[in-house]
Amino acid sequence: MIRDITIGQYYPADSLLHRLDPRVKLFTTVIYIIALFSFKGIVGLALITGFLYYVIKISKVPFRFMTRGLKAIIVLVVITSIFSLLGTPGDIVFWKWKSLQLTDAGIINAVLMTIRLVYLILGTSLMTLTTTPNQLTNGLETALAPLNKFHVPVHSIAMMMSIALRFIPILIEETDKIMKAQMARGADFENGNLIQKAKAMVPLLVPLFVSAFRRAEDLAMAMEARCYNGGEGRTKMKPLKYTQEDYNAYGIVIGFLVLVIIAANVVPFPQ
Amino acid sequence: MGIIKTKGLVHDFIRRDEDDNVESITTALDHVDLDVKEGQFIAILGHNGSGKSTLAKHINALLSATEGTIWVDGMDVSKEENVIPVRKSAGMVFQNPDNQIIANIVEEDVAFGPENIGVPTEEIWERVEKSLGAVRMTKYRNHSPNKLSGGQKQRVAIAGVMAMEPKCIVFDEPTAMLDPNGRKDVLKAAHELNKTKGVTVLLITHYMEEVVDADYVYVMENGKIIMDGTPREIFSRVEELKAHRLDVPQMTLLAHELRQAGLPIPNGILTREELIEAIMKVK
Repeated sequence: MIRDITIGQYYPADSLLHRLDPRVKLFTTVIYIIALFSFKGIVGLALITGFLYYVIKISKVPFRFMTRGLKAIIVLVVITSIFSLLGTPGDIVFWKWKSLQLTDAGIINAVLMTIRLVYLILGTSLMTLTTTPNQLTNGLETALAPLNKFHVPVHSIAMMMSIALRFIPILIEETDKIMKAQMARGADFENGNLIQKAKAMVPLLVPLFVSAFRRAEDLAMAMEARCYNGGEGRTKMKPLKYTQEDYNAYGIVIGFLVLVIIAANVVPFPQ
Repeated sequence: MGIIKTKGLVHDFIRRDEDDNVESITTALDHVDLDVKEGQFIAILGHNGSGKSTLAKHINALLSATEGTIWVDGMDVSKEENVIPVRKSAGMVFQNPDNQIIANIVEEDVAFGPENIGVPTEEIWERVEKSLGAVRMTKYRNHSPNKLSGGQKQRVAIAGVMAMEPKCIVFDEPTAMLDPNGRKDVLKAAHELNKTKGVTVLLITHYMEEVVDADYVYVMENGKIIMDGTPREIFSRVEELKAHRLDVPQMTLLAHELRQAGLPIPNGILTREELIEAIMKVK
């Protein structure tokens, strides 16, 4: 049934990583990305590989779930690595044609770029695999709360995100219904070229938009009726609370970043 | 004064064209006077467009009156500072179960109301527990609302309103989009709340069968209350109801037709049991 689809790619399991506070995981992801783009040398790479391996190990998420995310970016990886392979000037030139050249620096660059992109996807998809969309919005709301001072409506943004998540399956189902209704009246969504197909979407999108607005109006009224009045004075059923595990994780992650930076300065070899 | 009281309540929907000139005025409520006592189960009957949903939205301060006053729990709804307290004491369950569930998990949706009014965390958990228990949905507390049936979703919505501990709940055609089983469950939940928790219930509907067990019935047409009384009183006026194109419960209709055919059957029969008893007496 179409309603059973899950949004995001959460993989339910009971692991330390699943239990961690979403703020810790957001912070870790940021630190991980910084480390990924600031490491130098083989020792730094080994550190990051070790960290990634360890985290995947304790997450209890099967590795094939992570490689799914990789499939989506394979084209991007190939294109960027070809560009850095053929576009980087270097000391030793192996081959040259007009402005294209193959150099030692180019090869290193391409390899590094591929490793960085692949690690980036593995690391960040690990976060979405172990955190429900709800926890994620909750974590974002709390973590970004200081931005309220700069008049960024953090609470409203988080509320919008969670409502969008709730309505995606409903709207998908609705699209399905409208599509069938239009097909029953002779609409053709499958045949024709791209432009014809795009045109065929119009009788699908118009009713969908109308119904989405109607739903939005109903929902706004239902929220008002339940005393919704913005983020001020709201309490939470599940407020985020740090546990000892979370503090330990913070320590480990900061230690990891420090090690990577030290490695980059002490053994920046090769490159 | 009762928990809900209206005096000369008028609501006009005004349509304006682009130059802000009044194009047309639809009077949805036309001098409605209502007085509901605490703990009652009230039904409001009427066709589409009779103004019953507009009335419901007034009770929850979702609309403001063109004329007249409405008091909920002694508070004048038109006063700005009363809006939140009024919504706290009068909850509302809407028609479409999908469009009134906000959160992605059942228990979090039930907690939405209490969160808004600033209930402390531990108490939210207690209230969620109690409300889900009251509508017998505790089993589904960690489910996604998308996987529930219409009747179950509507019960979650009721739990969400219950968790705010209102004195009265307005049900705005809660069963219109449900199958017969879901309808039965939702009505049962509404009656239980009324009996066990003493919550005043205002059920807005166009199904006659749902009205039979109410304490008092108002019938609306064109924004006016045209009939009011106990269900027995209302349904004994079969011809009058027919004139307004309103249905009568099956048994009442059967009793009415038997009486017209010459059998000495009393007026105002509502249930099958009553009709059987009345027929047994005829000999």
